Amino acid sequence: MSEKTSRTPVSLQTVRESDPHLQPAAKNPLVVERVIALNFIAAMLSFVGFLWAYIVNAQAWKLGATFGGGLTFLGIGLIAWGKYLMPRGPFVEERHVLTSTQAERDAMADAIVKRGGGVIQRRKFLGGLLGGSMAIVGAASIWPLLRSLGPLPKGTLFHTDWRKGTYAVDQSGRRIHKNDLAVGSIVTVFPEGKQNTDNGQAVDQTVIIRISNENYTTQKGRETWGPHGYVAYSKLCTHLGCPVGLYEQQLQLLVCPCHQSMFDVTNGAIPNFGPAPRALPQLPLYIDHNGYLRAQSDFHEPVGPGFWERS
Amino acid sequence: MSDAVATKRSKREAMGPYGRVGNVINELDERLGIAKGGRTFLDKIFPDHWSFMLGEIALYSFVVLLATGVFLTFFYIPSSAIVTYHGSYLPLQGQHMTQAYASSVDLSFSVRAGLLMRQMHHWACDIFVGAIVVHMARVFFTGAFRKPREANWTVGLTLLILAIGNGFLGYSLPDDLVSGTGLRIAYSIMESIPLVGTYLGFFVFGGNFPGTSLIPRFFILHVLIIPLIILGLVGAHLFLLVRQKHTQFPGPGRTENNVVGSPMFPVFMAKTTGFLFLVAGVIGLLGAFAQINPIWQFGPYDAAKISYAVQPDWYMGFLDGALRIWPSWSFHSFGHTIPLEVTIPAVVLPGIIFNLAFAWPALERKLTGDNAMHHLLDRPSFRPKRTAAGAAVLSFLMILFIASSTDVIANFMHLSLNSVLWAMRVLTFLVPLITYPVAYYLAKEMQHAPGSGKRKTANVVTRSATGEYIAVPAPAYDEDMHHELEATAVPTFIEPDPSSDTGVRKAPR
Repeated sequence: MSEKTSRTPVSLQTVRESDPHLQPAAKNPLVVERVIALNFIAAMLSFVGFLWAYIVNAQAWKLGATFGGGLTFLGIGLIAWGKYLMPRGPFVEERHVLTSTQAERDAMADAIVKRGGGVIQRRKFLGGLLGGSMAIVGAASIWPLLRSLGPLPKGTLFHTDWRKGTYAVDQSGRRIHKNDLAVGSIVTVFPEGKQNTDNGQAVDQTVIIRISNENYTTQKGRETWGPHGYVAYSKLCTHLGCPVGLYEQQLQLLVCPCHQSMFDVTNGAIPNFGPAPRALPQLPLYIDHNGYLRAQSDFHEPVGPGFWERS
Repeated sequence: MSDAVATKRSKREAMGPYGRVGNVINELDERLGIAKGGRTFLDKIFPDHWSFMLGEIALYSFVVLLATGVFLTFFYIPSSAIVTYHGSYLPLQGQHMTQAYASSVDLSFSVRAGLLMRQMHHWACDIFVGAIVVHMARVFFTGAFRKPREANWTVGLTLLILAIGNGFLGYSLPDDLVSGTGLRIAYSIMESIPLVGTYLGFFVFGGNFPGTSLIPRFFILHVLIIPLIILGLVGAHLFLLVRQKHTQFPGPGRTENNVVGSPMFPVFMAKTTGFLFLVAGVIGLLGAFAQINPIWQFGPYDAAKISYAVQPDWYMGFLDGALRIWPSWSFHSFGHTIPLEVTIPAVVLPGIIFNLAFAWPALERKLTGDNAMHHLLDRPSFRPKRTAAGAAVLSFLMILFIASSTDVIANFMHLSLNSVLWAMRVLTFLVPLITYPVAYYLAKEMQHAPGSGKRKTANVVTRSATGEYIAVPAPAYDEDMHHELEATAVPTFIEPDPSSDTGVRKAPR
């Protein structure tokens, strides 16, 4: 049989045992067999190594190298066996027509429309009741399925734990004194007592920066909010709520590491770069007679990213 | 002695010519009737082409995900209760953290093979999603999604979305600093949806971020519910594949009515099992030598802290990039806010992309009027418009992916962040606009290139007795020879071949 005809696909059902299609694809099967055997032996050795590594509690890379290496050898050997030492083919198989005849389709449609549909059509009232009760149970199920998952937002997003007179404390709970910060320094603060709570960390987080007064622009209505050059801004980025964790001291910019929004600290934390749409809300501060920094009130607007109910 | 031999022989003879195997088949067939279907199954033909292997990578990395994932559930504790760390990793000693984070660190350092399993799990996930995307690209560019396989395209696309979603959930479970930031962003994206956003966020997280029920909920979704759906859909995907049989490239003896290739048993079975081992082996080696997601370096999640220059897993990159480069356009009116700077890049954009992908088979059928059954694949160059459209969308996503590291690029190349940002904004529009015509004309050119798509053949150099060297090109591979096939009508999607006055061209090759 010529090379050409042997590459013509044959059917597995009719192929004879002597057919070249059933011969291995390799030109020198003995060599291939040896290479495959080497791979399998390497796999066995690797797996023995894996067992050893596991028993002596070796480092992760040794476990992985022996385990992954063994599987890789095994895989290469098996693929080579299938590719070079098994019937080379190609074989052919007919595609059986999936589709039915029109008569068979009609018979199915007939069963649905006439036999089933007729029965239902005659009892429209019952059908309506069945559909109605299913609709009600479906609608009623939405309540337990959804509503139990969490509380309603109500006013939650409009308030933080900052109140009139709340002390600003750092993460360890220490109150911030007006002499604590050098000009140009920054500290993350929380309402006293909330520094270790989820809400305190996720919502109330605020940065206090002691700025140099030279080029500071006081926003209208905020004349008293930044005593002695201390200004406090919500640490939640108005873009997606990441903590605005980077402070570029020279340019006096607060930078969000997530999407690089930048807020001008000297000008009401108005964003001057990046996707954030709003200024960081400012917390009105005052310094009490002992010199501690305290909040005049809560933030005057919701902190963090935008949402539908926000005006 | 001889008696024993005789009984053995007579026993063997009683079993018939196929020995024990025949016996088992007889017994099984009497009860279950397996022989006829079983033979058909063993004879099932799998077409041979390297690109049909891409889906197998996805399937087998999913197998690795299941195996390593089960291992991890034995040690991971899905609880946000606060504990003090006293494990073997000294830098975290005495720190307060959730039990989820503590158990993730512990299973990395105190459980044998724990770190390997965690890294393999993470690598397998990245490979799983990657293999799905590449497999999908193959199906798209060769037109394998055409009638009758539209349903399987839909199933596959759903699998991609579930894989991305479950990857994100799993990434969040260790509750480290970096993944917690990702969750914060996911929460804000939900919140940005008009009308229902705040409710959605509260219901998913069990309250305002970070909520109370996040980790147990994400755990059960990640280890049970979504894997179960994925498993079911993988089953449906494979069932449809067997029922409708494989597509194949045109070639000698290959028609719309047959399948040419290797039989299930033993050839394909050996190759595919070997491939399972190979995929698992490569993932094992990656887990051994390529560190991924070192959560102990990031530290436990603290909503007021953040890390710098950390990217999400690659399949989330395009979303992050879109969020970075979209301008800060927010809508405020009538007492309401629509944070368009989030809604458009993170909700509307992926919505458009995935819905376009879902709709594509129907869309193409409508545009081309091609309603015929297709079992033979297209060469991408013979469908220039489809190829160009796919390449343009992929290039668009690629630019968004690159845009997810604007800060790193600016840092690395000593450019201003502003110029990188604007470059990305321009490239997002420019690159797809250039890619489309380039891919289109390239495809058109390749149609007419002689010997396109054919393998190069070696030059056989022979030395004659007189010492003369003669180089003769070896004959073309048989598969690449010219073959006559039935003519197929040209769909209106591609331009009729100008050299043919009937509007009918010969099928490729």
